[in-house]
Amino acid sequence: MTAALPHTDPAQSPLAIRGLTVSYGEQPVVFSVDMTVQDGAMTAIIGPNGAGKSTLLKAALNIVKPLSGHVTVYGRPLAEQAHRIAYVPQRASVDWDFPTEVLDVVLMGLYRDLGLLGRVRARHITHAKECLARVGMEDFASRQIGQLSGGQQQRVFLARALAQKADLYLLDEPFAGVDAATERAIIDVLKSLRAEGKTVVAVHHDLSTVRAYFDNVFLINRRKMGEGPIAASFTPETVQATYGGRLADGQITQLTQEA
Amino acid sequence: MIDALLLQIGYNATLVTLGSAALGLAAGATGTFLFLRKRSLVADAVSHATLPGLALAFMLMVALGGDGRNLAGLMFGSALSAWVGLLSVSWLTRKTRLAEDAAIGAVLSVFFGFGIVLLTVVQTLSSGRQAGLESFLLGSTAGMLFSDAMLIAAGGLTVLASALALRRPLLLVAFDPGYAETQGINVQRMDLAIMTLVMAITVVGLKVVGLILIVALLIIPAATARFWSNRADRVVLLAGLFGGLSGYVGAAISATAPGLPTGPIIVLVGFAFFIASLLLSPARGILSAVVRHRAYQRHVHLRQGLLSLAQNQPVYEAMTRCLLRRAGLVRADGVPTAKGHSHAAAALRDETRWQALRSSAHLSELSARDDGLTLILDVLTPDQIAELDRRITSEQRAI
Repeated sequence: MTAALPHTDPAQSPLAIRGLTVSYGEQPVVFSVDMTVQDGAMTAIIGPNGAGKSTLLKAALNIVKPLSGHVTVYGRPLAEQAHRIAYVPQRASVDWDFPTEVLDVVLMGLYRDLGLLGRVRARHITHAKECLARVGMEDFASRQIGQLSGGQQQRVFLARALAQKADLYLLDEPFAGVDAATERAIIDVLKSLRAEGKTVVAVHHDLSTVRAYFDNVFLINRRKMGEGPIAASFTPETVQATYGGRLADGQITQLTQEA
Repeated sequence: MIDALLLQIGYNATLVTLGSAALGLAAGATGTFLFLRKRSLVADAVSHATLPGLALAFMLMVALGGDGRNLAGLMFGSALSAWVGLLSVSWLTRKTRLAEDAAIGAVLSVFFGFGIVLLTVVQTLSSGRQAGLESFLLGSTAGMLFSDAMLIAAGGLTVLASALALRRPLLLVAFDPGYAETQGINVQRMDLAIMTLVMAITVVGLKVVGLILIVALLIIPAATARFWSNRADRVVLLAGLFGGLSGYVGAAISATAPGLPTGPIIVLVGFAFFIASLLLSPARGILSAVVRHRAYQRHVHLRQGLLSLAQNQPVYEAMTRCLLRRAGLVRADGVPTAKGHSHAAAALRDETRWQALRSSAHLSELSARDDGLTLILDVLTPDQIAELDRRITSEQRAI
């Protein structure tokens, strides 16, 4: 199943995971997974509901503590390189009635620059506004975040990640529950990041857009079910194996064939 | 009463008032972080867990031949047992499958019960000398010493300064803990930090408001401030302000008559600010919500009435008829006026355009903005409207 890959050297990879197991209680959600993300490419993590996609991402970031396994970022331990990673969590993970405005959320992305007591200066505000402009949200800077639509909230999260000026972007279901305009805006930003040489990894749930949006796929259903370039790894066989009987054969063939 | 507010009724009352204001300021601002982290109840467990330490510290000081009522010693003892209580809650939550609320309930009642037992023991051991340890349950400011007031003020301001220094990581953890972790913030350590500050406030506030009511001073100002701002840093400042004012005004009021207990009065003053904000806040208050809802309802009724008029249907609802009449759109007998006719036609035109928009290939996405009230003129450009009108005319010809 796992074809030999040209980019399997962990030292070169923006994110290399080895033998990662995460369990809630005694039920492993992710079991002994290896993943090697290709530098400068866009990778989709796909798999059925409850297959451990989000958990894999959270464990890679040490938000969820894994049972075993180790993670390197650009060849070094995560703790040393965490500042090079920007994370966009699932929209459902925060309280949208929290007293914070859009610009404040983006400024959270500058925490590493500001530290505990550093003053927020004009250049920080300018930078945050540029990031908002990049996702098309510059007119909403002083809105309370709960007053935005789902798609707009997602874009603000993306702007916060952009503010970090990271090299590796990890996104958890960035297209879940957003409108078509937002989906386009987000994918444009992600592709522009790739054009700048950044690496993007996104948990993705829509099989029909994998081919159009991403370079590589990582298939997971508790275990790793496949990894590599779309052409080699996003095939009816791998998708069938990952999703089991949940998709009809015709559907899979249609989704995975070149349009 | 005015004299009390101006600190004109005696040395002790002035000490108590200023001490309470400092405590209120610190508790309000610090409590906001706890409130935004949605862990208000942990503070309740922590404050009840001070009681055994309080009693044990008293016994120890008496056994060593000292004065059992030394405030610094009592504070130290209660801080230790509050710390044990806090660790028990977090240990139970992390290591067992108990939810935090269950852990809080268990720790709170066990520690408090144990504390009460110890208090009884204290009473039998050294009757006459225990001199009202139970006053720490609800606070008692009678006979407050200058050194006590200084201890309270200095402790409160130290906690306040620490909370403000940690405001960024605390708020980041409260808003989005997963993201905070990726920003190099240790979420568990921050949660411990805020709880430590809360514990310090509890201990500092023992003398003034007592351990049962301290939670009110931590949470009510934050809940009050939330009505007035959508930005966390301002909520923190406002909560400090409301807390400080409650402490000041409450202590002053209680000083006006001998029988008035300081702690409960402070809490009631804080509650008065809360009620006023709940009613009057322009953005989140109840009154403004009612006004907004009524305005919205009138808007809907007028729109529906106009559409009925345009389609020559009878208007059934009395409220709609009344609104139309008051706006000068229909006469008393229900017949539309000239103004009514033109408004009705405009409403119908708007509605038809929205319908046309749904079947348009490249504009249909905007139909999400059709809530029955938004004018299409506010959503589309004149070009797009002209295009819709062409589509409408061609459809009508086809019929």
